[in-house]
Amino acid sequence: MRLDHKLIVSAVEEGSKVLDLGCGDGTLLALLKEQKQCHVSGIEINEQAIYEAMAKGVSVSHGDIDSGLEDYSSKRFDYVILNGSLQEVLHPKKVILEALRVGKKVIVGIPNFCHLPSRLQIFFTGRVPRTKGLPYDWYDTPNLRFLSIKDFRDFCHKHNIRITKETAVLGNRRMAFMRNVLANQGLFLLEKE
Amino acid sequence: MADLGTVKTQFVTFCETPNELLLKSGEKLGPITVAYETYGQLNADKSNAILIFHSLTSDAHAAGFHEGDKKPGWWDPMIGPGKAFDTDKYFVICANVLGGCKGSTGPASTNPKTGQPYGLGFPVVTIEDMCVPQKMLIDHLGIKKLMNIAGGSMGGLLAQKWAIMYPESTESCILIATNTRHTAQQIALHEVARQAIMSDPDWENGVYYNRTIPARGMAVARMIGHITYMSEKSMDEKFGRKLMRKEKVGYDFSTDFEVESYLKYRGESFVQRFDANSYLYLSKALDYFDLTEETGDLIEAFKPAKCAFLVVSFSSDWLYPPYQSQQMVKALKANDLDVSAILIESSYGHDAFLIEVDNQSKVVSHFLQRFEKKSNAVRS
Repeated sequence: MRLDHKLIVSAVEEGSKVLDLGCGDGTLLALLKEQKQCHVSGIEINEQAIYEAMAKGVSVSHGDIDSGLEDYSSKRFDYVILNGSLQEVLHPKKVILEALRVGKKVIVGIPNFCHLPSRLQIFFTGRVPRTKGLPYDWYDTPNLRFLSIKDFRDFCHKHNIRITKETAVLGNRRMAFMRNVLANQGLFLLEKE
Repeated sequence: MADLGTVKTQFVTFCETPNELLLKSGEKLGPITVAYETYGQLNADKSNAILIFHSLTSDAHAAGFHEGDKKPGWWDPMIGPGKAFDTDKYFVICANVLGGCKGSTGPASTNPKTGQPYGLGFPVVTIEDMCVPQKMLIDHLGIKKLMNIAGGSMGGLLAQKWAIMYPESTESCILIATNTRHTAQQIALHEVARQAIMSDPDWENGVYYNRTIPARGMAVARMIGHITYMSEKSMDEKFGRKLMRKEKVGYDFSTDFEVESYLKYRGESFVQRFDANSYLYLSKALDYFDLTEETGDLIEAFKPAKCAFLVVSFSSDWLYPPYQSQQMVKALKANDLDVSAILIESSYGHDAFLIEVDNQSKVVSHFLQRFEKKSNAVRS
């Protein structure tokens, strides 16, 4: 199991109602359903991924998370998950605030664009970095937003969003210090008063 | 994959005098015969039943072969052993709608009061009215709760109405290439088809039984229908500008293009198998359909619904465009219902619900599996 999935599954309480925005092939939702008896649903934009997610027995609806949340009533979900999808949306601020409206808690997983190898590539090669976690060329990438763990903390502070838990990951290891330099992924548990 | 082999249509009659059905229009109708077919086995606790609703010109014969027929039922690629609606596991029912002409009571049936076919004496029926005799059929079969109801096109209208009228009677609902209210364009297309039939001199105000049928009007109606079922792309791929058994165009009004020949063939074969009055009544029922009629609001309209939904639409369907399915999904979600939805990429237009078997089968079979009661499987 991927470490980020493991950390998310352990953070979610049993029997919760969970919405995964950009749920892909439904792997994480299937884990939450099996291991935490959660009531799960997802939104996904890729048709092929939906077939795979439905094969895992989860409810998925076809749509764009940039425009997909106004259908849901407030605080309808215990958790809304945005794992690895936030950097691909057009209106991240709107999506996070909407996620905090429909969910009591929001779990966000972001790729850290200021991870050390990226910094070194920029510094030494003078080119936009391509790493294992971010393997795309600038002209052919699903990523629209480039942010670091620090940037995300700043965003939450500015918008009065409380980070109740933060974890940083490098591959299959958790990073306890110098997260913004050493980790390639940040995971946050958010709440808003 | 095996097929169902030979199947037979069965009949049951409800609403005998004095228990006629009170229709939405205020008129009463009875007796009402329902023609239906079933495939697979009903399990011991009757928890594996699926009711399929057919489209405008289809009928109860959804799958398998009638004795001596070369062509199977209209949704045979989806229904049968090992198929999406797997008859090794599920008991599948399909009934001809009220107002139809394939065994259920409709305008071509004999009016018990006159001994003659109803013709235009048949009361106007709505989608809601069509659900009632089918519910009587489900009660008659002793099924308290269906595992699923499913319908494409007009069938999807019945399925939505059913989920709202009888919320306790089904676990889940599949809505394919359908919408929540007939739009001006959909009504307009139907009206052209109706006018084609009614302006045929042989139509005779609907009194043509045992005389000459309004074949020309019916054929034109069907030609219009077929254009709306395809997409521009699928027509161009299938026919292009290919000529019909000629090297060059004839500079006359004979059949030049293959597409003309195809439409004529479709029109003529339809005349043999469908009743003109039934076409008028059913198309009108579709046009009257508006889920928001009473509530004024779609979210409110779905409020009584309780089951889980799967909504399927097709990218090139311009008769029931995907955005209409998206509105449906929004309203279902706003009611906190369990909703799955997929927009399937296809160039086949509205017909995709009959043609796109592979992708449709994937979503339907996996969705249905969620509602199986494992301990009650008919066969392992």
